[in-house]
Amino acid sequence: MSAERTDVAIVGGGIMGASAAFALRRMGIGVTLLERDACGARASGVNYGGVRRQGRPLSQLPLAQRAHGIWSRLPELIGIDGEYTRSGHLKLARSESDLASLESYRQETFAFDLDLRMLSRSEVHARYPWLGETVIGGSLCPGDGHANPRLVSPAFARAAQKLGARIHERTAVEEVAHDGAQFVLRSKELEVRAPVLLNCGGAWAREVAARFGEDVPMVPANPAMVVTEPMPPLISVSLGVEGGGLYARQVARGNCVIGGGRGYALDAERSRPGYSAIAAILAQAAEIVPRLRTSWIIRTWSGTEGYLPDRLPVLGPSATTPGLLHAFGFAGAGFQVGPAVGEVLAELVRDGRSTTPIDAFSISRFTAATKEQ
Amino acid sequence: MNAAIRPVVVGAGPAGIRAAQALVSHGLRPVIVDEGATSGGQIYRQQPANFRRRADALYGFEAARARSVHAAMAGLASAINYRPRTFVWNAGQGMLDLLCGEGMARLPYTHVIVAAGATDRVLPLPGWTKPGVFSLGAAQVALKFQGCAIGASVAFVGTGPLLHLVAYQYAKAGAKVAAVLDIASLGEKTRAVPAMLSRPAVLATGMYYTAWLRMRGVAVHDGARPIRVIGGDRVAGIAWHDGARERELACDAIALGHGLRPETQLADLLGCAFRFDALSRVQAPERDPAGRTSVAGVYVAGDGAGIMGADAAEWAGERAALALLEDAGIAVDRPRALYLERKLARNARFRRGLERAFPFPRDWAASAPDDLVICRCEEVAAGELRAAVRESGVLEINRLKALTRVGMGRCQGRMCGAAAGEILAHACGRAVEDIGRLRAQAPLKPIPFGVPP
Repeated sequence: MSAERTDVAIVGGGIMGASAAFALRRMGIGVTLLERDACGARASGVNYGGVRRQGRPLSQLPLAQRAHGIWSRLPELIGIDGEYTRSGHLKLARSESDLASLESYRQETFAFDLDLRMLSRSEVHARYPWLGETVIGGSLCPGDGHANPRLVSPAFARAAQKLGARIHERTAVEEVAHDGAQFVLRSKELEVRAPVLLNCGGAWAREVAARFGEDVPMVPANPAMVVTEPMPPLISVSLGVEGGGLYARQVARGNCVIGGGRGYALDAERSRPGYSAIAAILAQAAEIVPRLRTSWIIRTWSGTEGYLPDRLPVLGPSATTPGLLHAFGFAGAGFQVGPAVGEVLAELVRDGRSTTPIDAFSISRFTAATKEQ
Repeated sequence: MNAAIRPVVVGAGPAGIRAAQALVSHGLRPVIVDEGATSGGQIYRQQPANFRRRADALYGFEAARARSVHAAMAGLASAINYRPRTFVWNAGQGMLDLLCGEGMARLPYTHVIVAAGATDRVLPLPGWTKPGVFSLGAAQVALKFQGCAIGASVAFVGTGPLLHLVAYQYAKAGAKVAAVLDIASLGEKTRAVPAMLSRPAVLATGMYYTAWLRMRGVAVHDGARPIRVIGGDRVAGIAWHDGARERELACDAIALGHGLRPETQLADLLGCAFRFDALSRVQAPERDPAGRTSVAGVYVAGDGAGIMGADAAEWAGERAALALLEDAGIAVDRPRALYLERKLARNARFRRGLERAFPFPRDWAASAPDDLVICRCEEVAAGELRAAVRESGVLEINRLKALTRVGMGRCQGRMCGAAAGEILAHACGRAVEDIGRLRAQAPLKPIPFGVPP
């Protein structure tokens, strides 16, 4: 068994852990990251690829705005643009009450400079003539967009590695403990000791938190996704639907990626969309973008995401164990904020505080309740 | 009790038909789902209804077997639920999800025999995407089904017994065979003869095809190295190396194949464990001698279980059905089951000989130039795969897919997966069995978006 001592140990090489490793190395802080599979191979790499602020709860908007600034600098930061495009994000209304919700969201978020624009029925169909009649309006966030998660998430790990982070892929953590002075992590072939531990284990982070007396009611779920064959340019914005349930974008290659509903788990690690989720996506998407009816589906997939009851993440220091920081439970919406989460974690390590407000994401909102029970 | 057993057979080739026949003879009423419009599979494919070629013209030495398999299927008509033109695009949660002419359907099952057959294994060479290059199997289908040749002067390039068979069938049908360029050397073939003597009649038939071609002046080259396809907008010839020098052969079409690969995606979705077969260099479902997979109630038979040939597919189909019956508590003829297993074992020895006679060209990956397109759907070249290995430390094929799009297009890697795996293994210095296999994802082939659920 080999041993490493470092400043910060990170469990999980998804976009949270990898961007934290990257931000820490930019500060000159020592990092060892352990990933049981390949970095960015799970939810961080197989998610829909939405890079959107619109629709997020107000508490997430400072984090999302910070991320927004990082996304535009991907080439200089991680060496690739990751197919990131500010296509705009259009959230569709199919009823008057949808429109009212979108308008009230626009008013609530006015201070955040999202530049949201309400589009009437005639405006939305004039701008996007490929939308179906079921759409009666929408809200456009011009600065939002989408990117390729298969490329972006692994690239953060690679960039961190280039800056000197020690990244151990195919290295499953089997033991996590605190020996009074430091955290001690063991895999089959490696022991890592560090005074700081980042718990970035995604849908599987619950175990590490529980190990330090912070069990949280996080449950895994499996968003369902389908993709068409490459098509001529059609869907020019990233689409969402008020109330959720369907989202769609067209990638540079021409394929339309469409998500919605939930698949099912094969086991703790593997999942599939299943028939009913696929059928629901096809039926709904054909209403919203009728041209899709003549396309072909070439692939479907799912992934495993962690969801907390309030659909907000846990981000910040442990309430029980000094030196332990959590970042998990992003409820299927972690990709856009990921790069900012990395910076926040790095600030917490270096300064003990974050310049971006994260109080709403404290783990104590669950552990306090647990204690009361 | 039998009403509680809902067996499904996927595939109506020789394995599927014999499996269905055995189930029916034990009182079950299986559903047989098949992509084809008519039964027979690839090998005993039936011609369109208005075509009038005789069976011996269509199937040659296999005419008697073809007639027997077709007759068996005809005899089952009232005893099975036969669903032609139906494709299993997804499986899971105890259901097979079907795409048929009218739309989608869901088929519950208690037991399923997967007899999904095989497709060509193709190793690309520069120029292979030019119009006029066909897979060997496609060249055979054109002839067998429609009575068409893929060109006026056809070169047969690659390796494997099918290469010689299809060339023979083309020549016999009156098409011009420019040459057969077989990568396997004469020495390899000679050394494999002892193993192939376990089925001397089949060996003799194979040798007959080559001899017949040579007698009629068709050049059959052993130990040939195809270099590149020549031509502008379409095939004008092929450059190849005969061991001493580079040569050129004029032709207007090329049938390209390097043996067959089992169609295993459905078994994968059904959760079957896989194992690597070193000799044939493919990942195939783990199975016992009867065709039981690692998943209770799921059986594999025929070429989809691992390339075994059409006659062995019949035995394997029947044996898998007997296994299903035994597992369902229905008495079967044990001596018959053991007899089938013995025949399959003897055939397996023969197949090992064949694999030695027509070995996989292990140096292919090293010789593939960087600009060689490996994945046609996504137009990914060998150099891009190598760059991903170099820059991102890729060691596993699904990761390579995620980073480069190889195998991510319409065919889901069914066509390019073998070649991509070879390039990856060579580039990262691992054995090909250690780089994993492309995970199957529904739909197993593209499905139309607008089909009503």
